[in-house]
Amino acid sequence: MAVLIDETTKVVVQNITGHEGRFHAPRNRAYGTKVVAGVTPGRAGENVEGIPVFDTVADAVRETGANTSLVFVPPQSATEAIYEAADSDLRLIICITEGIPVRDMVRVASYLRGKASTLVGPNCPGVISPGKSNVGIIPGEICTPGRVGLVSRSGTLTYQIVYELTQRGIGQSTCVGMGGDPVHGIGFIEALEMFGEDPETDLVVMIGEIGGDDEERAAAFIAEHMERPVVGYIAGFTAPPGKRMGHAGAIITGSRGTARAKAEALEEAGVKVGRTPTEVAELAERALA
Amino acid sequence: MDLYEHQGKDLFARHDIPVPRGIVAETADSARAAAETLGGTCVVKAQVQVGGRGKGGGVALVDSPDEAEAAAARMLSEGFKGMRVVRVLVEERLSIAKELYAAILLDRSTGTDLAMVAAEGGIDIEELARTKPEALCRVHIDPEIGMHPYHRSALMGALTGALPAEARHLVENILIGLYEVLTQEDATLVEVNPLVLLTDGRVIALDAKVAIDDNALYRHPETEALRSAFPVDAVELRAREAGLQYVKLDGEVGIIGNGAGLVMSTLDLVQRAGAGAANFLDIGGGASAEVIATSLEVVLSDPSVRSVLVNIFGGITRCDIVAEGLLAALQRVTSNVQIVVRLDGTNTVEGRRVLKEAGHPKIVQVATMLEAAEKAARLAHGEAA
Repeated sequence: MAVLIDETTKVVVQNITGHEGRFHAPRNRAYGTKVVAGVTPGRAGENVEGIPVFDTVADAVRETGANTSLVFVPPQSATEAIYEAADSDLRLIICITEGIPVRDMVRVASYLRGKASTLVGPNCPGVISPGKSNVGIIPGEICTPGRVGLVSRSGTLTYQIVYELTQRGIGQSTCVGMGGDPVHGIGFIEALEMFGEDPETDLVVMIGEIGGDDEERAAAFIAEHMERPVVGYIAGFTAPPGKRMGHAGAIITGSRGTARAKAEALEEAGVKVGRTPTEVAELAERALA
Repeated sequence: MDLYEHQGKDLFARHDIPVPRGIVAETADSARAAAETLGGTCVVKAQVQVGGRGKGGGVALVDSPDEAEAAAARMLSEGFKGMRVVRVLVEERLSIAKELYAAILLDRSTGTDLAMVAAEGGIDIEELARTKPEALCRVHIDPEIGMHPYHRSALMGALTGALPAEARHLVENILIGLYEVLTQEDATLVEVNPLVLLTDGRVIALDAKVAIDDNALYRHPETEALRSAFPVDAVELRAREAGLQYVKLDGEVGIIGNGAGLVMSTLDLVQRAGAGAANFLDIGGGASAEVIATSLEVVLSDPSVRSVLVNIFGGITRCDIVAEGLLAALQRVTSNVQIVVRLDGTNTVEGRRVLKEAGHPKIVQVATMLEAAEKAARLAHGEAA
């Protein structure tokens, strides 16, 4: 089962002929992912290590049955790629691109309401269901199949925590990188909902950071609806207000969006919040014992 | 990118939002000249990106060019709340009948624009939202349809009684202008606190706070150019030129890592270990040896750094490349600072071997992130690793 992606996922890589597309599409395929097509306008007929390239997503879908898009299009035209994927009725769109203007994303979010497509990202490392499918840039070798669902706003911090879980023999059902942008596709709540219904997930790890109120809203959702245990981590306890810490969305505005407020909201909702990545893995281990 | 008040007001003026007559001065002499031009009685305002200027001496009401010169000299030499002041804004003094508040921001949790007005101005708006939430009128605007008259009517409802009937359309026009700034200039926040009704019946933006989306600067080169007016310290400038995500902090452990979340987490662990981070530095994904070398040079050029922590979890970043970059930097700069290095992920074995074989006396390799934080903290305090 897992969530979002599994053995039935068939991926079309948008901008497969770019630097990152060329690197990651074959890596995803080597992991076992069905990478069936690439798209770069004007490059139909070419191939990237045997993966056929098409001019449009619609062509790729018609010829290969792709149902998921992986977007490596640069920020100036990434939203166009997302629109094209949604208009081609792809079930899932995973956008890795960092640097998309937030007003462009606002329009995307508005357009996708009521559409069948689910968006993950942008500015995210992608999604992996260990042993089944890897769509994005998460290093597959640090993951191992298992029963922990993970959702995170950060890339390498996710790797760190997944690695600590794997070292303790705790495998993962699916790891979802929701991305570090202020306006994004699915968030904690949607991921928690999916993990809550997934028969292969026993526990959820959520990794948040400063900025916005995604974690606070997730806490309210957990208190109300979540039966499975949730372990949390929040990065940025020492981040000063008003400074953007790398991610476009990681900024404390006024007194809102602090790590402390987020951790407290989660703890009030019954979430065990680790103060270090190692402690998160320990808490997960204890909750599963 | 947060604009300075005078830059925000220039943007306002371009969108037909009335602002006071004002002149920017970088020296006390030119502040004096500005005051003469404006008729002597005026206001001198320190240009800093921090609130609380009114109470903290960052705004001076002056009655003559002499006083303007003295106020500007004080602000330019003393700074404000620890921040350097390199410019003051000298403005005409206006006769105020009523202070109001108006702002429009991008509300990230709903993905819509949020307009807010209050019949009180010059106040701490978070404080008002906490203590008198009913005084702050909030109206969400779906960006698909934009701002319409009914949105403004809803906002104006909050100002009933606070404004004479003939001033209402002036405030409405300002709301139109603010929405234009937000949408056309790729701002994420435009705030006027206070927006003032003058005794002569005009309505004018007495202050301007504008935040622009960094990701959208490529389509606003004229806004991007405003950055050159910002005072930056030499280390920050160097980092920016190298394309690194760098934020100066006030601790003593220099931090280099890959990925924003991992770096933030590293800062937190250093604090738990009893020290403070001197900076946030994210080398991004797939960094080259040259980027690593420049990062280390940047961090070592900060005089407050007592130890350095390099925390890498390689995904697309390769640990062997990181190791080579660190060694390259140490050939270019001499430093007495110890560098604690933790490498994991892609090509870990090769990376660790490269460092081990080089045997550089300044590099201390450790196995985990926790151990790295503790060791770097101890070194920063002058203790043995």
